[in-house]
Amino acid sequence: MKCLVTGGNVKVLGKAVHSLSRIGDELYLEPLEDGLSLRTVNSSRSAYACFLFAPLFFQLYQAATPGQDPLRCKILMKSFLSVFRSLVMLEKTVEKCCISLNGRSSRLVVQLHCKYGVRKTHNLSFQDCESLQAVFDPASCPYLLRAPAKLLGEAVLPFPPALAEVTLGIGHGRRVILRSYQEEEADSTIKAMVTEMSIGQEDFQQLQAEEGVAITFCLKEFRGLLSFAESANLSLSIHFDAPGRPAIFAIKDSLLDGHFVLATLSEPTPNSQDLHFPEPCQPAPQRQAHSTPQPDDFASDDIDSYMIAMETTVGSESSRTLPSGSLSPGLQPPCSSEGEEDEAEAELSTVPGTPPPKKFRSLFFGSILAPAHSPLGPSPVLAEDSEGEG
Amino acid sequence: MPLVGQRVPDDGGCSLVASLDNVRNLSTVLKAIHFRDHATCFATKNGIKVTVENAKCVQANAFIQAGIFQEFKVQEEPVTFRINLTVLLDCLSIFGSSPTPGNLTALRMCYQGYGCPLMLFLEEGGVVTVCKINTQEPEETLDFDFCSTNVINKIILQSEGLREAFSELDMTSEVLQITMSPEKPYFRLSTFGNAGSSHLDYPKDSDLMESFNCNETQVNRYKISLLKPSTKALVLSCKVSIRTDNRGFLSLQYMIRNEDGQICFVEYYCCPDEEVPDSES
Repeated sequence: MKCLVTGGNVKVLGKAVHSLSRIGDELYLEPLEDGLSLRTVNSSRSAYACFLFAPLFFQLYQAATPGQDPLRCKILMKSFLSVFRSLVMLEKTVEKCCISLNGRSSRLVVQLHCKYGVRKTHNLSFQDCESLQAVFDPASCPYLLRAPAKLLGEAVLPFPPALAEVTLGIGHGRRVILRSYQEEEADSTIKAMVTEMSIGQEDFQQLQAEEGVAITFCLKEFRGLLSFAESANLSLSIHFDAPGRPAIFAIKDSLLDGHFVLATLSEPTPNSQDLHFPEPCQPAPQRQAHSTPQPDDFASDDIDSYMIAMETTVGSESSRTLPSGSLSPGLQPPCSSEGEEDEAEAELSTVPGTPPPKKFRSLFFGSILAPAHSPLGPSPVLAEDSEGEG
Repeated sequence: MPLVGQRVPDDGGCSLVASLDNVRNLSTVLKAIHFRDHATCFATKNGIKVTVENAKCVQANAFIQAGIFQEFKVQEEPVTFRINLTVLLDCLSIFGSSPTPGNLTALRMCYQGYGCPLMLFLEEGGVVTVCKINTQEPEETLDFDFCSTNVINKIILQSEGLREAFSELDMTSEVLQITMSPEKPYFRLSTFGNAGSSHLDYPKDSDLMESFNCNETQVNRYKISLLKPSTKALVLSCKVSIRTDNRGFLSLQYMIRNEDGQICFVEYYCCPDEEVPDSES
């Protein structure tokens, strides 16, 4: 593989790497016929991101050495990021950037041609890897929001930097509401500041969702994509479904597209009921009592519905085309009684080293750890998990 | 003069007296070599040389020539003492280290001789601070015996071109390898870190290159941890001269222009790390 990036596109590439670095520790670089793909997934596999740079993005793009199969590789995000660390420098001094992947030297070579004839060559060690591919389909999501990234970027600006999750929903009068998410822990009363931004629907290029719909997702990753999209002056589409189903954040222009798939909180977002009335959340226990008996609550406990299924096998087109939902029947527990959920949770609490209970994550790990939930054995996700180390 | 009327000890008993209208002209240069706590000072009638060393492998010298000072007197030559540089710098910036326009800190410095403290009188806006810093037994400093007649390769670069390179050095690499050659790659900085190797090449006809004088190919390695502190001098300087001698010793000379447009020099010497294996990329 060999590609050459020139001028302002070097910074665009750098920006993309910066936003990917907010998600994962490893970068999957895959030269495809329709462009260079950069992908990453976070360690808990609740967030996946991919950028695809079209061949036209490059001055020169060669997916594979003629007569050879294209190589793909996995490198440490940190080492790739260090090449593009200073965006100011990229803009000011770098004239072109040449990336080449050569099987013989087993190095990913990134060359920066800078002002004054200075040339930086980074020979990065890499690992062979399987293709990283999340199974997602924006078309299957019933709801869609589309707005200029700048609008959304300004909307998330007031949220505290330490805030983990944010709730996005449609409120009264079809206003789009972004609200800081409160954890339902006992001490949440102490840090009881809720920040809420409300944006009129006329600011959106597209708004396909009814009032009361809401999802909660991680803010850090969202900010990462927003800062990229803002700098490229693009619109951001948010495709989403019921709480617990992954939300897909997409950007696209003629030279590149980007997709971030983020897990959303699986409980029915309490805020969704509140969106009409900007009042503080109801006390937590009450909410849980309401939420447990809902029939679809347990369905969302199924691993594939809220976790992104990673496909690891290269050639198996069958599983790639398989919609993620189709795995559910097999994985679904025989009955979704309240008792069983308690049991699952009890089991979870006995597992040593399980992260502290945050609904979002505990459900996530619970699905992996509690055997009752995966009678069919390892899902594609688990397979990748076990071999994806090192 | 701002210090007129202040009670300052008699010059008569001092082996070193120096005064300066803008203390930053001294503190900036001292910061460029501040990578260890202690420094040895030598004063002659030409000026003051301050030396900092580490690991018996690297030495940094700052030269503040007599002309930088408004007043500079040395009674007996040479005046030598060791001092805590961190404390000295703290005292020199006692009125704040960032410049406030139109508000200069003036300095008068006295050293009465062996065993006496270094006295600093700092004045800003009519406020005077007196600092006494204990001096210590001077230590013998290293003699790198770096003689210009033994210099094999010499390059003068605009500091701008190296600044970024040094600030972004891959610190997971143990060494910085410097290649100087009359042929390609002319001047190359290489690191070999966890993530892989990287090379930074400067062509000899680059606009950053003020002079290029390389006679034979030399590839030497220096401990990156020893060279990294020279970034402080690099950041302040406008030009840097890079020289290696026949033993592979490295000399880095930084030209620093102070706020009054005067030139000072800071110099780093470093010994090479080890013999370089022949087949190295």
